[in-house]
Amino acid sequence: MEAVLTRNIRAGREPLDIGAYEKAGGYQSLRKALKLAPGEIVEMVKQSNLRGRGGGGFPTGIKWAAIPQGDDARPPAYLLVNADEMEPGTFKDRLLMEGDPHQCIEAFIISAYAMQAQAVFIFLRAAYHESARRLARALAEARDKGYLGQKILGSDYSLDIVLHRSAGRYICGEETSLLNAMEGVRPIPRAKPPLPQVAGLWGQPTVVNNVETLCNVPHIVERGADWFNGVSLAEGKDGGTKLYGASGRVNRPGLWELPMGTPAREILEDYAGGMREGYSLRAFQPGGASTQFVGADKLDTPMDFDSMSQAGARLGTGTMIVLDDKTCPIGALANLEHFFAQESCGWCTPCREGLPWTERLLLGIENGDGRAEDIDVLSLHTRFLSGKNTFCAHAPGAMMPLESGMAIFRDEFDEHIKAKRCRFRGSGFGVRDSAREKNG
Amino acid sequence: MWIGEERGSGVGIRGSGGELLFPDTRTPNPEPRDAQKKNAGALIDRMLTEVEKREIEEERGHYPDNRAVSVEALKIVQRARGWVSDDSLADVADYLGLSTAEVESVATFYSLIYRQPVGRHVIHACDSISCWIMGYGDMCETLKQKLGVGLGGTTADGRFTLLPIPCLGNCDHAPAVMIDEDLHNDVTADNVDAILERYD
Repeated sequence: MEAVLTRNIRAGREPLDIGAYEKAGGYQSLRKALKLAPGEIVEMVKQSNLRGRGGGGFPTGIKWAAIPQGDDARPPAYLLVNADEMEPGTFKDRLLMEGDPHQCIEAFIISAYAMQAQAVFIFLRAAYHESARRLARALAEARDKGYLGQKILGSDYSLDIVLHRSAGRYICGEETSLLNAMEGVRPIPRAKPPLPQVAGLWGQPTVVNNVETLCNVPHIVERGADWFNGVSLAEGKDGGTKLYGASGRVNRPGLWELPMGTPAREILEDYAGGMREGYSLRAFQPGGASTQFVGADKLDTPMDFDSMSQAGARLGTGTMIVLDDKTCPIGALANLEHFFAQESCGWCTPCREGLPWTERLLLGIENGDGRAEDIDVLSLHTRFLSGKNTFCAHAPGAMMPLESGMAIFRDEFDEHIKAKRCRFRGSGFGVRDSAREKNG
Repeated sequence: MWIGEERGSGVGIRGSGGELLFPDTRTPNPEPRDAQKKNAGALIDRMLTEVEKREIEEERGHYPDNRAVSVEALKIVQRARGWVSDDSLADVADYLGLSTAEVESVATFYSLIYRQPVGRHVIHACDSISCWIMGYGDMCETLKQKLGVGLGGTTADGRFTLLPIPCLGNCDHAPAVMIDEDLHNDVTADNVDAILERYD
């Protein structure tokens, strides 16, 4: 398969500067796009079946089409790029921003033109210092060359891009928290409706898209929607290639650009090189901390949005977390719930109070202090903290690994409670120490 | 286009007609809100430096109002002063014409705005799932012993502060540690000492 998103990226090499990027065919897609009507690009993206790579899988073209246009237009409209990558186990947008910043910028300009946005804000995660340096340098080069600013390449379209660097909280990556974070108020989520496309940043029409999602757009414009659908292996409406990743005790942890719908087994065995010697696969999360644990029996599931959902899981960000048989699954769940408890914004009660409670129960079980009733209390939490019981998707996301983990690791739960100890202890993978400190 | 009176310094995003998309709507030279409560000496202590002001002004051209600048302004002050004290926070609030409560509600939300003093170097050890699986526990235990501090602690010589951080997006090189702005790959109990030596 021909790499598209990563074609200019070489490990350990500085990204292409603007001259080299242009020589490699860069900014040609922008030239083509500016000759098309904005609506034509939106239609192409709709036809391409590009779905949101931040984990939600929402069709991108449909999102864009909700921005009021023509007589209904209410300028300014904004494109808000969600570069707040912080989902544990996810490291794909960092590769795109550090590896090919000009591809990102070209993608943002074309997308902003398609939705007739007047400004783009890149909401970048605070800890991504190298991404910030490389994007800032590329933005300056693009401005100098007239790809940004007044009347881009002689067209009537003007645009600039602002790089905003956040200060570190996972919830800022939630679509509506992102709006509050950008506005400089405490970033708790907002109620929907209204959709951000109707009333988003400063009350103006706003589209929020993930970095990887947008990076596909120049290639769709250049090669067409049919090509994009053609490179995907997915049976459903789910086009393009995907950046897949694997971390944990595999031989070659890393990222690979593969056709959407590549089976999990192929990614883990052919690309990640299988499990390290002495370890076997216990379960995996398909795409980040907020996706369900999936057992080895589902390894042949195609990694696309619909297939994963039919298998009772979520594709999420497509970067797999591999749990091996020598690591305590209860400890892993405690680690995950610690993250979600810490990152809860505190706005709604079930999330603020429920998540720390699940962490505490899991730590207790891991520590050998668990009681049989704890399982029931944890089960209650997976019900009370999911569905429509919370204000946003944070706590429901936290319950996905817990609920699935309680089913898959049921034997380990019972074993811990019965033996009053963790048999994985001493293997070096005990419960995270900071959590133990906190709980005395 | 953004509706507002143009008083800007010229930096900022311009619309297709060349007009400022986000004109400067800040009241010129706002009076410190609680000036009357402070004596003159305290006010001098609470001034932003010229460099800080210039950097905040550069950011202000990017946003339609001052509230949106508050996170950047807090980070600018933190870069210059190491952390954000109550007085620094009040400086930022005064300068932007916001209440201290508004700015505090933002400052306390973010984990990378330090509301307590930190050491010369801040060590952020990733404690999320991939790094945890790959040995964060042992590595962090070693770090704590070598530094003689717990998580959140600062060494007696003021050299290091040790903090946990969620996933650094470096999962293929777990465990990951970020010191100041440098990302370190595959950090183990064995090589962590050599990494620390690079920071004085």
